[in-house]
Amino acid sequence: MSQDLILETRGLVKEFKGFTAVDDVNLKVERGTIHALIGPNGAGKTTVFNLLTKFLKPTRGKLLFNGQDITRKDSASIAHLGIVRSFQISAVFPHLTVLENVRVALQQKRSDTFTFWRSEKILDGLNDRALELLDSVGLRDFSKAKAVDLPYGRKRSLEIATTLALDPELLLLDEPTQGMGHEDISVVAELIKEVGKDRTILMVEHNLNVVADLSDTITVLQRGAILTKGTYETVSADPQVREAYMGVEEGQPEGTTGNEAAVGTLV
Amino acid sequence: MYNKKLNLVLLGLALVAPFVLYPVFLMKVLCFALFACAFNLLLGFAGMLSFGHAVFLGTGAYVTGYVMTTYGLTPELGILAGVVMSALVGLVYGKLAVRREGIYFAMVTLALAQLAFFFFLQTPLTGGEDGLQGIPRGKLFGLIDLTDNMTMYYFVLAVFIIGFLTIYRTIHSPFGQVMKAIRENEPRAISLGYKVNQYKLMAFVISATLAGLAGSTKALVFQLASLTDVHWFMSGEVVLMTLLGGMGTIWGPVLGAAAIVSMQNFLASGPLANYIHVLMGVVFVICVLAFRNGLVGELQKVIRKNSG
Repeated sequence: MSQDLILETRGLVKEFKGFTAVDDVNLKVERGTIHALIGPNGAGKTTVFNLLTKFLKPTRGKLLFNGQDITRKDSASIAHLGIVRSFQISAVFPHLTVLENVRVALQQKRSDTFTFWRSEKILDGLNDRALELLDSVGLRDFSKAKAVDLPYGRKRSLEIATTLALDPELLLLDEPTQGMGHEDISVVAELIKEVGKDRTILMVEHNLNVVADLSDTITVLQRGAILTKGTYETVSADPQVREAYMGVEEGQPEGTTGNEAAVGTLV
Repeated sequence: MYNKKLNLVLLGLALVAPFVLYPVFLMKVLCFALFACAFNLLLGFAGMLSFGHAVFLGTGAYVTGYVMTTYGLTPELGILAGVVMSALVGLVYGKLAVRREGIYFAMVTLALAQLAFFFFLQTPLTGGEDGLQGIPRGKLFGLIDLTDNMTMYYFVLAVFIIGFLTIYRTIHSPFGQVMKAIRENEPRAISLGYKVNQYKLMAFVISATLAGLAGSTKALVFQLASLTDVHWFMSGEVVLMTLLGGMGTIWGPVLGAAAIVSMQNFLASGPLANYIHVLMGVVFVICVLAFRNGLVGELQKVIRKNSG
């Protein structure tokens, strides 16, 4: 094999009562790259994510992580193997403090997660590492705040810090910049770039500026199937991709959203 | 510091209370307070609404009553038997229930509790409609006679404190952190590698065990184990106590239990005796509409506002 694949899907299919949301997807993610999964709304990007992390069960097909078949593992085991995901809507533990949020992730590798007879003070040993992680996303000063009180952009940063606490081999980021203002987007994009230096990242992302800036490889999904794959330059030049984003009637896109407009200007 | 002082004051009050108030009434409050605290561990800290918690109170009561009456065991062994049995029932019921979430979880627990109710009604061991009456209180460790209500009160207080501290420790333990994380965001906890059903089951069993402890103790206090203890009214009452006092707060269920038991006791002998359920319904509605955080929850809000 010439490629060093960290994640591979073979003939991945997900059907919901006669509707095929994901149709024969053969996704290949190379180690050490930032790989973006893009496509119009309803293309099945999040479904693929949910299949990869086993929040959904595939109807058919195989999932391979480092060559190991993980098709039958449950979500928690997948995290243990080194694939950790984020969610579309910021996934923090709202009423825990920022420090506790990260610590819960650090705690997972310990053997005392069922220990109910000892004080939580025994977890204080993790605080240094937790603060270090918070520092890396610029949240150290907020460590004592409740996560719910953070502004949206910082919640996403917290989420990334929490994910990093598990030291995953492969990060799955589901729309990391969704719902963010300009300044926040550049902060998170910078953070992803930094994190991607020594890890593999697979992300679903709508903001094509971010995709263009960060990703080494792009896979385009349309109606549940892979349309094309390549670098940003090759993908954005593909007429099929243009059509998928712009709609069939060229030049008259229906219900243009920010993304479609972005394609228009970028492509 | 402030909390330590408060706890000492409360302990002092609990120690002198039986000289002022009727001890049996106080014991009833303590038993229900422990029951509500156990329930609150599940609802307030693990985010699971069980609608069949009476089954654990009842199992504790019946098993303790049965072994005390039939084998003449000492009370600590009688309670131990009741608690172990509640834990086992909790393990089996929990295994079945934690696979479901939200309203389905509540329905499964309710259905399983009804199953247990009919078992306790039909089996020849429990005295059917009459329940188990005249359960002896026995001698604690074979030494201390619990027949006297004052002695019994201090024993019940000790049991309550043990149960309460167990709950407090559980909430503030490494396990408690995971439990709260699951309550806050279950999918996220899963994605961080936690097999959440195992943690939920653990919380369920701890809660069932302590509810059983409350039931066992209550059976000794009233020397009675009856169908009231396993009826779904009881499952509802503990929800009311917890919500009224403030779910997810450590003292809320205690206050809620005290309020409900007091209401029942004082109204039962008055002219409003026939309207107890109506009044409790009104209290419930007011609580849900006007102060959703419960008595303690609202109080904490006021304190927080004034301090900062």
